[in-house]
Amino acid sequence: MADTAGWRERAEETALLWALVAIVAILSLLPLARLLFEGVAPGGRFSTAALSSVLSSATTWTAARHSILTACGGTVLAVLIGATVAVLVGLTDIRGRNAFVFCFVLPLMIAPQVVALAWLQLFGPSSTLLKMIGLAPAMGSRNPLYSAEGIILLLGVQYAPLVFLTLRAGLRTLPQELLEAGLAAGAKPLTILRTIVLPLMTPPLVAGIALCFVSCLGNFGIPAFLGIPGNYLVLPTLIYQRLAGLGPSVLSEVAVLSCLIGFIAVLGIFLQDLMLRRRDFRITTTSNAMRPFELARWRPAVEIALWILTIVVLVLPLIALLLSSLVPAVGVPLTVQSATWSNYDYVLFDHAAAKRAFVNSFSLSATAAIAIVLVAVPLAYFLVWRRSRLLRLLNLVTEMPYALPGVVLAIAAILLFLKPLPVLGLTLYNTVWIILFGYLARFLVLGLRPVIGGYYQLDRTLEEAAQIAGARLLRRLTTIILPLVAPMAIAGALLVFLTAFNELTVSALLWSSGAETLGVVVFSFQQGGDSTYAAALAMLTVAVTIALMLSTLLTGKPARGVLPWRG
Amino acid sequence: MARLIVDRVTKTFGAFRALDEVSLDVSDGEFMAILGASGCGKTTLLRQIAGFDKLDGGRIVIGDTVVSEVGQHVPPERRRIGIVFQSYALWPHMTVAENVAYGLTVAGVRDPERARRVEAALALVELKGYAARRPSQLSGGQRQRVALARCLVTEPSLVLLDEPLANLDVHLRASMEDEFARFHARTGTTMVYITHDQAEAMALADRIAVMDSGRLLQVATPSQLYREPADATVAAFIGEGIVVPAEVVEVDGRGRCRVDLFGLSVGMRCAPAQRPTRAARACLRAGNLAIVGAGAAGIGARVVRAVYQGGHFRIEAQLEHADGVLVHLTAAEPCRLAPGDAIRLAIDDGWVLPASDESVAVAATPPGLRPRPDDDAAATGADR
Repeated sequence: MADTAGWRERAEETALLWALVAIVAILSLLPLARLLFEGVAPGGRFSTAALSSVLSSATTWTAARHSILTACGGTVLAVLIGATVAVLVGLTDIRGRNAFVFCFVLPLMIAPQVVALAWLQLFGPSSTLLKMIGLAPAMGSRNPLYSAEGIILLLGVQYAPLVFLTLRAGLRTLPQELLEAGLAAGAKPLTILRTIVLPLMTPPLVAGIALCFVSCLGNFGIPAFLGIPGNYLVLPTLIYQRLAGLGPSVLSEVAVLSCLIGFIAVLGIFLQDLMLRRRDFRITTTSNAMRPFELARWRPAVEIALWILTIVVLVLPLIALLLSSLVPAVGVPLTVQSATWSNYDYVLFDHAAAKRAFVNSFSLSATAAIAIVLVAVPLAYFLVWRRSRLLRLLNLVTEMPYALPGVVLAIAAILLFLKPLPVLGLTLYNTVWIILFGYLARFLVLGLRPVIGGYYQLDRTLEEAAQIAGARLLRRLTTIILPLVAPMAIAGALLVFLTAFNELTVSALLWSSGAETLGVVVFSFQQGGDSTYAAALAMLTVAVTIALMLSTLLTGKPARGVLPWRG
Repeated sequence: MARLIVDRVTKTFGAFRALDEVSLDVSDGEFMAILGASGCGKTTLLRQIAGFDKLDGGRIVIGDTVVSEVGQHVPPERRRIGIVFQSYALWPHMTVAENVAYGLTVAGVRDPERARRVEAALALVELKGYAARRPSQLSGGQRQRVALARCLVTEPSLVLLDEPLANLDVHLRASMEDEFARFHARTGTTMVYITHDQAEAMALADRIAVMDSGRLLQVATPSQLYREPADATVAAFIGEGIVVPAEVVEVDGRGRCRVDLFGLSVGMRCAPAQRPTRAARACLRAGNLAIVGAGAAGIGARVVRAVYQGGHFRIEAQLEHADGVLVHLTAAEPCRLAPGDAIRLAIDDGWVLPASDESVAVAATPPGLRPRPDDDAAATGADR
């Protein structure tokens, strides 16, 4: 006796499910498939010409070598800094933990190109800060950051918080008894750290290392600012230079390069899997989180060391950036008389592209954040509560555009939208819409993860009660589920917004005149030698980012561990 | 019409049979309790009736409608039933009134009709002044009553209650039990009440269905369940019955018989169809046992444990004739029994467990493989 209403209910659910499948497929599966297709069949015809010409070129392998070298170096540095800080913050009784975590994680939220710009202002002959204290090197001498070591240093600083965050999340699950059992057996704290904590923390540490490696590999902003001037090219900057210099005619070639960098990234993820497969690290007991170790008389020294680290990696570069944004022209010393707001005036009110970039970046990031959350709430519903097999499979695919370097997705998007869309006849290429597509595809996972976490914390009977009350799926989603997962959805939206607002990797390849983003404009100011304008614009994005991050500290508490900068 | 028919319902999770051909017939207006230990399948059964899961065999009929059958499934939102969840499942982002009004809003009922019915439902659970509160501002008992009001405001013909008292304090449980009983009397709604607490089930239900390992063991009134358990599992589970091997010597065909219990002749109750047999089992209650003097007729036993329970002792003793059979009884204060003491027990009544298909199967096995009666009884006495 299936009544018509029951049929309508099922039709509604099926339609929603397939709409989600279609969205995920278009955002995740389609671009990667298109890219792989271009790799083997450039322009639609099977040919190995592009493949062999790229793979036989010495430039390719030099860039690949540089990529792997800087990524590995950056990862090692990030792990050294991030793991040390995670152990100190997570296991000891240092004071001012929340403030420190906020400052330490901040570089991760600031755009890599801004970090690069800030550090460039800290060193080198034109450093306003060094000039003020009379330490600036002679004019014409080389900025020491324009080197492989400079890239490695900045990658390490930028991604140390990534290692810190994964390890800290792991430390939170460590039961107190395991350490107390060690203490009871007579082990000293350092022995416990070496023999109990670190072995158990292998999975989050390895996951952090893999994440860090892939992020370093895909980073565009830092090698673009530090590598291009010294002609030290990595794969993402090589792709950018080819495409920027020669246009879409080299698409097949850069598609092969993208596949190469994607292959290296997948290799990194695969290695992580291999390292963890050998041993079983599951923690069997569950209990209270651990009590911190007392540092006793070492505590002030450790605290001072941590804050010095913060000053060196965060405060000094930002001060250098601020000072550079206040001088009237590059090379002019900063004094009370010479200080000026004119750079800010110029980028805010005079420069047409900068003004457009503000509007574009704000609206693109906001649109992406809202759209992603609207997709994420029903998507997570089917993933977590309905355990839809089809979507679970596709969910693995949604991780790919974020795990793979941003240039890979950008090239894939160009390939997809270079020609007008079939049937509709619309051209997305050279409009803001292709950037929006890039953001949606790349950041879907960022918004989805907190929402999925939210569903796991919810009691499903809340939905079942609404179902019993007669509410159909769409009504349950809007009146019951959405309000309940709202805190997590907002956190997810904020992460998407901040990341998109600060990104350069995707838009560097997808922008066009009229469709500039803030990252692109900062980049082109710097490339054109207008580093004072670049500094002013970068300071503004940093201010917006910090303001948004601080605002989350004032409002209601979302669940622990969603927003990285909240301790 | 809100008769509920559960007809040979089967549900498997992989190789595990969570429900094994469960059949239950709940008549219109009846209060049926489903009683069982955790993991017995009672919650799985409730989820089948509510429609949250699809079944693998059999069918479920509510009123005149087949709601569940293989290949056909009416979704929960179309079943017009009410549920009170163990966790209450009150929506934290809505006020008490909004929680209660939700089902009406969904059904298209508008103010002032909706407001009137919400107010009436809140009055019924004595929460009139609480309409504007949030669930987080209420006590456990008040939340329970809101859940009840929310479930009843749409006047469902069938209400399912999933361990609704499990999260409440002991003293609150008694008053909520009263509330449910009054409620049922006033509304005449068919209710299916899931619980693991037999006292709760006995106090509330017209009939109780006892479940174990995904099977339904017995459906009977509370008194019948206690006095005439269908098998050893029910006997041991309900009221901590003592199951002992017995020989039925003589039957009168009207429900009385004479039983030989380790040499002691006892008059007992039995099914009218009971036949004399050497391999029967009897269910004794603690109240059937009494300590008698050394010369009186009785069975010898040795005290294993004596536990003071306030005003009386609970004595656990092992029968001498069949080692392994543990019995328990209460002894009034003062009582100087200690472990190891020899006592003599008189038995005044008992119930001969009807021969089930299982014991027929046991009888059909070759003598060499047949378990000795005392082994069997010992196994039954253990916590299954």
